[in-house]
Amino acid sequence: MATRQTQSLARLMRAPAIILLLIWMLVPLGMTLYYSFLNYNLLSPGTTSWAGWFNYQYFYTDPAFFQSIWNTLVLVLGVLLITVCGGIAIALLIDKPIFGQGIVRILVISPFFVMPPVAALIWKNMIMHPSYGVFADIAKFFGATPVDWFAQYPLLSIILIVAWQWLPFATLILLTALQSLDGEQVEAAEMDGASAFARFTHLTLPHMSRAITVVILIQTIFLLGVYAEILVTTNGGPGYASTNLTYLIYRAARLNFDIGGAAAGGIIAVILANIVAIFLMRAVGKNLD
Amino acid sequence: MARAVSRNTKIGYTIAAWFVALLIFFPILYTIITSLKTEQEAISGFNLIPSFTLQSYEDVQSQYNYIRPFMNSVIIAVGSTILALIVAIPAAWAMAFSPTKRTKDILMWMLSTKMMPAVAVLVPIYLIFLRTGLMDTRIGLTVMLMLINLPIVVWMLYTYFREIPGEILEAARMDGATLGQEIVYVLTPMAVPGIASTLLLNIILAWNESFWTIQLTTTNAAPLSAFIASFSSPQGLFWAKLSAASVMAIAPILIMGWFSQKQLVRGLTFGAVK
Amino acid sequence: MSMMWRSLMGACAATALVFPAVAETITIATVNNGDMIRMQKMTKSFTDANPDIQLEWVTLEENILRERVTTDIATSGGQYDVLTIGTYEVPIWAAQDWLVALDDLGDDYDVDDLLPPVRAALSVEDTLYAVPFYAESAMVMYRTDLAEAAGVTISENPTWTEIKAAAEAMTDKGSETYGICLRGKPGWGENMAFLTAMSNSYGARWFDPEWNPQFDSAEWNETLTDYLDLMTNYGPPGASSNGFNENLSLFQQGKCGIWIDATVAASFVTDPANSTVADKVGFAKFPNKDGVDNHGNWLWAWSLAIPSSSNSPDAAKKFVAWATSKAYTEEVAAAEGWRAAPPGTRTSLYENAEYQAEAPFAAMTLTAIEAANTQKSSVQDIPYTGGQFVAIPEFQGIGTAVGQQFSAALAGQMSATDALAAAQANTTREMTRAGYIK
Repeated sequence: MATRQTQSLARLMRAPAIILLLIWMLVPLGMTLYYSFLNYNLLSPGTTSWAGWFNYQYFYTDPAFFQSIWNTLVLVLGVLLITVCGGIAIALLIDKPIFGQGIVRILVISPFFVMPPVAALIWKNMIMHPSYGVFADIAKFFGATPVDWFAQYPLLSIILIVAWQWLPFATLILLTALQSLDGEQVEAAEMDGASAFARFTHLTLPHMSRAITVVILIQTIFLLGVYAEILVTTNGGPGYASTNLTYLIYRAARLNFDIGGAAAGGIIAVILANIVAIFLMRAVGKNLD
Repeated sequence: MARAVSRNTKIGYTIAAWFVALLIFFPILYTIITSLKTEQEAISGFNLIPSFTLQSYEDVQSQYNYIRPFMNSVIIAVGSTILALIVAIPAAWAMAFSPTKRTKDILMWMLSTKMMPAVAVLVPIYLIFLRTGLMDTRIGLTVMLMLINLPIVVWMLYTYFREIPGEILEAARMDGATLGQEIVYVLTPMAVPGIASTLLLNIILAWNESFWTIQLTTTNAAPLSAFIASFSSPQGLFWAKLSAASVMAIAPILIMGWFSQKQLVRGLTFGAVK
Repeated sequence: MSMMWRSLMGACAATALVFPAVAETITIATVNNGDMIRMQKMTKSFTDANPDIQLEWVTLEENILRERVTTDIATSGGQYDVLTIGTYEVPIWAAQDWLVALDDLGDDYDVDDLLPPVRAALSVEDTLYAVPFYAESAMVMYRTDLAEAAGVTISENPTWTEIKAAAEAMTDKGSETYGICLRGKPGWGENMAFLTAMSNSYGARWFDPEWNPQFDSAEWNETLTDYLDLMTNYGPPGASSNGFNENLSLFQQGKCGIWIDATVAASFVTDPANSTVADKVGFAKFPNKDGVDNHGNWLWAWSLAIPSSSNSPDAAKKFVAWATSKAYTEEVAAAEGWRAAPPGTRTSLYENAEYQAEAPFAAMTLTAIEAANTQKSSVQDIPYTGGQFVAIPEFQGIGTAVGQQFSAALAGQMSATDALAAAQANTTREMTRAGYIK
């Protein structure tokens, strides 16, 4: 029924958002692209000159480059694994008839509202600190040597912190999906003698697949850009053990004030992120219709 | 629940669920407890019973007046969200009800703008803000956060609007409703819940944004993220004070979130989960 | 719609309120450490004397402050009128003409009263570009009771051999008493500040006169090996995440026998309100290796500077002169006692009998600061200035990258040799990039 009039109106309605985002994308991205071909360091402003592909080459040959890409992937996949599996488990548990369901749900959702730097500070100082942290107290209680989390398992520690922040999100979405599962269907399966495991894999899991896709899509976008948690806790170390791509760019921009290098890193990150995005959208696009 | 469950089973599930919930909530709980301890207590081992002193809160307040950053956070988070909605509602509307071949591509492209690492574009943005006099103004930051979150807002609204059944629209048109009437009487009521959830989620995202809010402000527009940055790692370990500041920074949004978790579930899932 | 209008109007109205037409407002960027926070509470006498000047404070964590201020000054942003910066930034920024020269602060400022090494570190070609708020060197702090119980003594001029023997004797891991606590947290201002000073005292240097990194030298090898040896055998667990704050806390709780760090810590560890070992602390000079006449040359001064982009340089000058004056020190002393006076900047403070009586660490602090030579920090020939850092813009990045390697070595994830090799490769790469190595 779309008439020509509504067509042009639709175009008019779309325009502001598209134009704004286009400006927002093109202006900084254009400037970043331009900077990425310059020798431009904030701390030596007099020496700005054309660099050609040097910044890209320099960023690519950074000893931390490949490890940072690897760490980025491990971080994203690790957090996704914990939050999706944990989310399913917790959602199944909370979905059972329990006393005080409302309060339980409120407690579980809370970490999502905590600013990333605050979350990192809490975990670093009060939970994982090798002398004063709660984990250390527990270890001492059992007579074990406290684990120095950020030195011994830096990437795992960051995965734990980030997973804590995103677990509520996954749980909530999966819980909502679970609640729309047809109870009669489950009962019928139960009557037919299907085991709990079979019911889970053949009924529950397929039912939740769309919700799981949504969790993966949204989280990936945010997880690719994790840096505050790394900055507050390990500073990317020891060595490069917890440096991800965003943090590597952060290091170039904020520690070296190397605008050209950071810009080149930014462009590389945008390209890599878009590759991931295209994959994701291919996978998710179908499920979202 | 349709099925009857024995009381013992229910108690068993209750215990397990509460255990998990408390475990997840524990870091926040412990922060609240620590904020009520003295500094000495805070670093002298595990202890769940503080001496209930408000000293840390007084210290934090005397060092940094909480009201201004709090007000800035509210204005910036709410303002940027409303601005984003004003731009995004028509766009999402058009995409949902008059889709073209390229709608999917445009949506994909919008989301991809969120992939740009903020730190790489800091210098261009900083220069733009300086030249246009937007530096350290709430308006500047409001516009900035609006742009950052616009893709997510468009996406969420788009998926909500797509849930609105097309038959209703066609029925209205058959009855000879004009486009204006169509929007005001038919679609708006159906779209309100989706818009409300979007609003809520975006306020949380804007509230928790802590890169641009620190980089593009000094005093006048500095929100709570800057407030917390003035208490992290000072000289010495002041964990009670840090905890108090953390509680003050997250409490408003936490309370708001608690009161609105239903809408949130809808909002967060882009309407994909019914 | 109406809600949006209201919030927008509110924003405009509030913005208008913040700029009263009458007074001149100066914006002061500062770090969140104790002395700076105290200054914010003491400003009444300044605003009383200068009713036409309003003060706005931006307090941030050190690293965020540095990023924020550097971006602003490098883009001539003009967001700040007074900056809190250290001895690392001052010479670099002054050379870029980013700072206002502070050679006319008035007669009663008594610029000759500033301690000569501090003044030198804040001057470029004899012109002062920042005024010191408080300054620190590094020294040994140790537990006199533990030393006595273990039957060891630490002389006023200890060598590293002596320190090692004392640390070994004082260590009792069963009672959580660790012989020595040193910085291990990666960062150019954290573990690398300590390790650079330590390497100076071992006769090492960062660069030769042609700017070639020297991590492949025997001196650096010895420095790192001894550091790792000390820390793994007699240090606390989790040392690779310990910075100044963590060690301060450990020492105050009586868990460290020896702590070698900034002199400013002395006033905290001897403060009975926060320290359980307040009356059991002895002080000694920063150690040196036998036969190397070098005590690390650590010198840091948190200082106030005025960016050339400031719109109110005259009001800002009045403020920095007040905040670093003798009168301010006296005001602090009157309000909170002499122990709280900002240390390390003025000769007159160390000639004050009341201060000497209340601050047992005063003499050793003065000795340490006076001995620090930031103009030539190594016994070998070097092309750079700076004590526990190298005063070149690239050092923040390089120092932190190297600090990561050494921290990884401390965490047991790589050997000293590998860490040094990685540091050497990394530094060579960065220095070539920056055009130092031709």
